[in-house]
Amino acid sequence: MTPAPDVAPFVRLTGVTKRFGAPAPALDAVDGTIAGGRITGLVGPDGAGKTTLIRLMTGLMLPDAGTVEVLGYDTRTDPASIQAAIGYMPQRFGLYEDLSVQENLDLYADLRGLPTDERTATFGELLEFTDLKRFTTRLAGKLSGGMKQKLGLACALLRKPRLLLLDEPGVGVDPISRRDLWKMVEDLTAEGIGVVWSTAYLEEAEACDHVFLFNQGRLLFTGRPQDMTERVEDRVFRVSGIEGRRREKLARLLDDEGVVDGVIQGEAIRLVMKAGLEPPSLAGNGAATAWRADVTPPRFEDAFVDMLGGGPGGRSRLAETQRTFAANEGKAVIEARGLTKRFGDFTAADNITFDIPRGQIFGLLGPNGAGKSTTFKMLCGLLKPTAGEGRVAGFDLRRDAAAARNRLGYMAQKFSLYGDLSVTQNLNFFAGVYGLSGAKSRERIELMTEIFDFRPIHDMSAKDLPLGLKQRLALACAVLHEPEVLFLDEPTSGVDPITRREFWTHINGLVEKGVTVLVTTHFMDEAEYCDRISLIYRGRSIALGSPDEMKKRVANRDLPDPTMEDAFIALVQGSEAKEAA
Amino acid sequence: MNRIRKSDGGEQRAGRARRFAALVRKESYQIVRDPSSILIAFVLPLILLFLFGYGVSLDTTRTRVGLVVEEVTPLTRDLAASFQASRYFAVVNGNDRREFEDDLVLGRVRGILVIPARFAADHAAGRHPAVQVIVDGSDPNTANFVQNYAQGTVANWERQRFTEGVGRSPAIAAEQRFWFNPELTSRNFLVPGSIAIVMTLVGTLLTSLVVAREWERGTMEAMMATPVSAAELLAGKLLPYFILGLTSMTLCVLLAVFLFGVPFRGSVAALYALSATFLMPALGQGLLISAATKNQFLASQLALITAFLPAFLLSGFLFEINSMPTVIQWITFIVPARYLIPSLQTVFLSGDIWPMFARAIAVMLLIGSVFFALAARSTRKRIG
Repeated sequence: MTPAPDVAPFVRLTGVTKRFGAPAPALDAVDGTIAGGRITGLVGPDGAGKTTLIRLMTGLMLPDAGTVEVLGYDTRTDPASIQAAIGYMPQRFGLYEDLSVQENLDLYADLRGLPTDERTATFGELLEFTDLKRFTTRLAGKLSGGMKQKLGLACALLRKPRLLLLDEPGVGVDPISRRDLWKMVEDLTAEGIGVVWSTAYLEEAEACDHVFLFNQGRLLFTGRPQDMTERVEDRVFRVSGIEGRRREKLARLLDDEGVVDGVIQGEAIRLVMKAGLEPPSLAGNGAATAWRADVTPPRFEDAFVDMLGGGPGGRSRLAETQRTFAANEGKAVIEARGLTKRFGDFTAADNITFDIPRGQIFGLLGPNGAGKSTTFKMLCGLLKPTAGEGRVAGFDLRRDAAAARNRLGYMAQKFSLYGDLSVTQNLNFFAGVYGLSGAKSRERIELMTEIFDFRPIHDMSAKDLPLGLKQRLALACAVLHEPEVLFLDEPTSGVDPITRREFWTHINGLVEKGVTVLVTTHFMDEAEYCDRISLIYRGRSIALGSPDEMKKRVANRDLPDPTMEDAFIALVQGSEAKEAA
Repeated sequence: MNRIRKSDGGEQRAGRARRFAALVRKESYQIVRDPSSILIAFVLPLILLFLFGYGVSLDTTRTRVGLVVEEVTPLTRDLAASFQASRYFAVVNGNDRREFEDDLVLGRVRGILVIPARFAADHAAGRHPAVQVIVDGSDPNTANFVQNYAQGTVANWERQRFTEGVGRSPAIAAEQRFWFNPELTSRNFLVPGSIAIVMTLVGTLLTSLVVAREWERGTMEAMMATPVSAAELLAGKLLPYFILGLTSMTLCVLLAVFLFGVPFRGSVAALYALSATFLMPALGQGLLISAATKNQFLASQLALITAFLPAFLLSGFLFEINSMPTVIQWITFIVPARYLIPSLQTVFLSGDIWPMFARAIAVMLLIGSVFFALAARSTRKRIG
């Protein structure tokens, strides 16, 4: 074994193909190189092949065809040399939860053969770097998500790897920790370390030096993210000054031939147009209209959707066939009054208050573990509040939880379908659960099958469906009984942008018909689709308002046009400062 | 950077030793801190031991039976007294068997003994007199027991009268064969047997759970991406659970001897030699299960069905292997507990019989090496 020469590239992929039984390969003939000294993003929705590619680079998995060369070694013939020179943080950080921070570090130091005389210095440096010095005796299982992530990184960095592989390090972690981590990793690249960062968040892709964009195992694009966004330069518009219902306007815009993609962005609409076309004006005839369309800097997601051939149209057949819920003079359909839930001495949700009028989308936004799901479960009547009260569709959850549940459709996190039941069986089951029977049940199931195009897959087990179809099926099951209220728990996390747009087209359509929607998400972008949001952080609601209001609240000279994530971070820091004062 | 690769053999050995020590240390912390390991290794064995020590007994002393004497004569009264004096029966007297029919169905009595009206006449005529025994055939064990002990009591009674010079020689030679040696309470061989069950729990169930947990939590993947080798990973798992198994066994033996008063006639060396050997197939099976499933739920199900239940049912612990159907008897040959249990019972009750132990040890090692070979094959440093 000879030491590898220190020349780029760090990783060379040649025709890499990997399949796992399924007809479509998990990775299909991927070529490319990854260089040192920069952050390379592996970008794509869940199931795109990111994790598979990282595992292939660790040598823990071998390609079916093609070769993976890491630091000059072939993963087939010399995995041991690769494993001695890389740092790898798998999706759940690879920590031992019943070992303390220091014990985890010791274990990985021994496994990686860090010499004893270097330990004090290395540990000190890493603990400083990750700001974990105060917590060395704490069990890893008792750390917050962000701290676990940093410890995972520290374990991967013992013995200075030349190549650092991070598999979705940002998932479910609060945006502040995510930003901290990003900064740390950037510092590493300055020392010449190569970093591979996989992610399903497209805004993270924009920050990378170089990206590989995957969709369904195929490599769609490799290069600088700017090269990607340049493809839609001058074609992205922000339409503001919309009078009337912006969701209805969006639906009409999406059906316009020249529109490639469009989403709600707070009070405005973001449009991607075909080259050379201006957005059509839907302003009324009045001269005093505020309607305007401004060119806005393109984002990675705009280019991704453009590359996939554009988003779906604006029509939702689901909404068209849905009954209308008449306006009710601004009375709230969902009310939370001081909802509090304590588990022992831990307060999971602390005095959460908001109300949602008919036909609005309300978002609970916050990192994992902040208390979103707890609030959600109390409003579904699945969890009894320690204090406070909630009302859904006029029913008090303490007394009439069952009646309230009949009026609401619930789409759970990870689409809780019955994996061993077929598509049709799942629909039948949920129709039964929601009390549909006979002709009505058949009619609704038939309709869902048609709208969502389930016929070709009606016999497949739900667990074998690709993520996008699972999500469609979960939505179909949740709206079978034409609920007045829809609860969506992380509805589009990890799905590809086209499926996400389809999903929101349906939701927007339903909202136009008077359905009231409560959605939880840690996806900052998704918050922009809401009328109002509540920022949940450590059990408390730290801000309540429309997405635009929140962004306006934190805008300043340095940051005139903050993103939702910027707003979140600023508001959290503001609330912490207030607490400290 | 490349020092470890270029280094000489000594340094490589040192690296290996350090990694192994680190893995063992990590595993030990986890065992001590994880309530479920303590539960399976110490609490569950205690419960089992108490169950077999106090709760379950295969001895049936003082079974309630109904006694009907259809014609009271000095002779039948004498026999009835003999039943009443028996230490195996608690006798309820009645005048007609119909009085006891409901009781028998409801299980309030386990049998009805009828001394028929013609008993005295038969006896006087020199015919061998019969006592009718009515039992509930749906509970064959108890039925057999009542029947045999009733016959035994009658035979005893005849022999006693003969020796006292009042009766004639028994019509048939009373070949007395009690199922359970009255000297030997069942606890004395159930407790040693349950030690094998306990080691199966620790060796197979606990081990398969902890390895599967590493797969589920992603820690296995993180470790595999370090320079550690598959053999080091396996060995680092085995040693702590090997020691835990022996500790758990020691606890059981101490309880058995000092709390339940089970005799210990063999040597401590034999006890540990047998137990340590038994842990080989048990641990090997645990590793194989977890490597094959990588999922705690499946692993626990498989461990229960392929290790725990066979150790219970197919090892001769509760059920005599000789009375099993032939096919089932063949299956018992691959159940490691079947070799351990008789040897352990021997260590406790008889003493060291090394030829028997040597054979058991050889077979257990053989089964163990098969499991290990399979486990090593499936625990490559590869995922998916």
